[in-house]
Amino acid sequence: MSASRLPLRQRPAFWAYLFLLPWMVGFVLFRAGPMVASAILSLFRNDMVRAEFRGLGHYVYIFTDDPHFWRSVLNTALYVGLSVPIGLTGSLLIAVLLNRRMKAMGLWRTLYYVPSLVPAVASAYIWRLVLDPDNGIFNQAILAVTRLFSPELIMADMPQWLFSSKTALLSLVVMSLWGIGGGRMIIFLAGLQSISSHYYEVAEIDGAGPWRQFVHITLPLLSPVIFFNLVLGIVGASQVFASAYLLTRGGPNEATLFYVLNIFFHAFEQFHMGYASALAWILFVGLLFATVIQFNRARRWVHYEGE
Amino acid sequence: MMRLRRRYVVPEKRNSLLARILVVIFAAFFTIPLIWCLSVSLRSTEHMSAHPEQMLPSSLLLREEWPDFLRARNYTEAWYAFTDIPGKENLTFSIFFRNTALITVFSVVGTVTTASLVAFAFARLRFKGRTVLFTIMLSTMFLPAQVTMMTTFMLWDKLHLIDTWGPLIIPAFFGGGAFNIFLLRQFFLTIPKALDEAALIDGCSYIGIYRHIIMPLSVPAIVTISLFSFMGQWNNLMGPLIYLNTMSKYTASIALKLFSDQYGRADVPHLMAASMINTIPMLVLFFIGQRYFIKGVQLSGLKE
Repeated sequence: MSASRLPLRQRPAFWAYLFLLPWMVGFVLFRAGPMVASAILSLFRNDMVRAEFRGLGHYVYIFTDDPHFWRSVLNTALYVGLSVPIGLTGSLLIAVLLNRRMKAMGLWRTLYYVPSLVPAVASAYIWRLVLDPDNGIFNQAILAVTRLFSPELIMADMPQWLFSSKTALLSLVVMSLWGIGGGRMIIFLAGLQSISSHYYEVAEIDGAGPWRQFVHITLPLLSPVIFFNLVLGIVGASQVFASAYLLTRGGPNEATLFYVLNIFFHAFEQFHMGYASALAWILFVGLLFATVIQFNRARRWVHYEGE
Repeated sequence: MMRLRRRYVVPEKRNSLLARILVVIFAAFFTIPLIWCLSVSLRSTEHMSAHPEQMLPSSLLLREEWPDFLRARNYTEAWYAFTDIPGKENLTFSIFFRNTALITVFSVVGTVTTASLVAFAFARLRFKGRTVLFTIMLSTMFLPAQVTMMTTFMLWDKLHLIDTWGPLIIPAFFGGGAFNIFLLRQFFLTIPKALDEAALIDGCSYIGIYRHIIMPLSVPAIVTISLFSFMGQWNNLMGPLIYLNTMSKYTASIALKLFSDQYGRADVPHLMAASMINTIPMLVLFFIGQRYFIKGVQLSGLKE
C-alpha cells in the first residue's frame, strides 16, 4: 500500500510538515525575511524615521572611506586568530587530561566547567578586577614570577592590560580562555570516550608511545569533532561583543573595536540602520566564504568512520 | 559530580604523575578568579579600598576582625541597591530575577516543544524535501545573528513590541534554534526504530509515538537543551540591551551592567556581590541538571 493511499492522518509526510510548521514560519519571519530585508535596507540611508535610496553608496563608502571598518576587521581577525586556535588546543588538552582515572575526577571536571556557567556580564566584571593593573591577581602572579629573575621590578612595570591599546585585545583573549573548560571541552571529552579502546591496545602492542597514539589514533578519530568545534568557534569568535562592550567600549584608541561592536554602535546608538545592515552583510558574506573554505579543506583532514 | 560513560580511559600505567599535576595546576586558572570574586564580595568597602591587593585578607585568622571580611550584608545591600533612587523604591533584584525567570521559562518551554517536534520530524518521518530542509536548517547555525538584527528590530518596532519581553520570548516558539534541533535529532536517531513500528502496528498515531515513546526516552537530551536555552537567556546581553528600556523590565544581566555603571567603579565589593548573585542560579541549576546534561551531550554523538 503506497503512502498516498492512506488517509491524511496516517501519512507521515502530513505530520512531518505539521511538526515542521513552527520552524518554517520562524525561518521565514526571523531568518530569511529579515535577511532579504536587510540586504534591501543596506541600499538606503535609514535612521528609523526617514529612508533615502543610496544604491551601493554605503558599500563604496565602507571600503574606501570608513576608517573604523578596516580597524574593526583587523581587530576581529586578530581576536579570532588568537582565541580560536589557543582555545581549541586548550579545550582538547584539558579533555585529554580529564579523560583518565583520578581521584575525585568528577570534582575536577566540574571545576573546569564552572567558569563557563558564569554569566557574560558577571564574568566581565570579575575579569576587570583580576586584570586590574595595580591590584589584580593576574599582575600580582606575574610580578611574583618575574621577580625571581629580575628582583628590581615593581608593580608599575607590569602590563596595563585593559588600559593600554597594546594589551587590551590580548586581555579579552585571555578572558575568553576562561571558558574553554566548558561546552567545547565536554564535546571533546565525549568524542574521546567514544573512541574504542581496541585501537589503543593494538597500538600498544605495536610499540607506539603516547604521543604517536595521540597523533595517529586520537587526532584522526576526533577530527569530525575538532572540525565541528573549529567552524562554530570561528563563527562565534567573530561575533565577540559582550566583553568589549562592557569593559572597553572599543577602546583604548579603538584597539578593541570589534566588528559586531561597530555594527552595534552604528545601529543602536546612532540608528544608522541602513549603514549597519551593509556592514552586517559584509560580515555575513565574509563568514560564509570562510565556512565554505573550511568545508572544502575538511575533505583533506576530517576522517569520518567507515570511510 | 560529572561522570561520563567509561569506554576508553587512559590505562593505569600511562596515567602519569605529570598529568595529575597539570590537572591541579590548570584548575587554578579556572577557579581562582571566582574564588577571588567571592572573597572580595564579602569584604567591607573601606577595607577593600585600603588593601585592594589582598587575595585573602591576612587577618582572617583573627576572630575579632571577621565582621569586616565576612560581610554577608554586602549581598542584601547589593540586592536593594537601586531602591535608593527616587521613584525606584520597589526595584530590588527580586524584580530582575522574576523578569529573567519569566523570560527564561517561557523560552525554554517554547524551545523544548517546538525543537523536539521539528527534530522528531527530521529523525523519524519520511517526507519529500527532508534532506533539503535539514540542510537549510543546519546552515542557519552558521548564520551570524547580526545580519538580521537591524531588520528584526524594525519588525518588532512595527509590531509595537519594543520595550516588552516579546522579542526575547516569541522566537523560541518558532523552532527553538538550529543547534537544539540538531542535538535532539541526533539523540532521537539513537532510539531503535523498531519501537515506532511496533507502536504503529498497535494503532498508535505519530503524535502518540512522539509523546509516549520518543519524549520519555529522551529525558537527558531534553534536559540538555533546556539547560542550553536557559543559559542562553540568562547570559543574553545584546537582546535585553536592544529591546528593553524600562528599568522595571530589565533582566538580571543588564541590571548588573547598570549596577556597575552606577556604583561599580568605587564600590568593588558590592559589584562582586551583585555578580555572585547573578551567577548563583546558574551554578544551582547546573548541579541539579548535570547528570542528565553530560549524558545528553555524549549520547547525541555530536561528531556525526
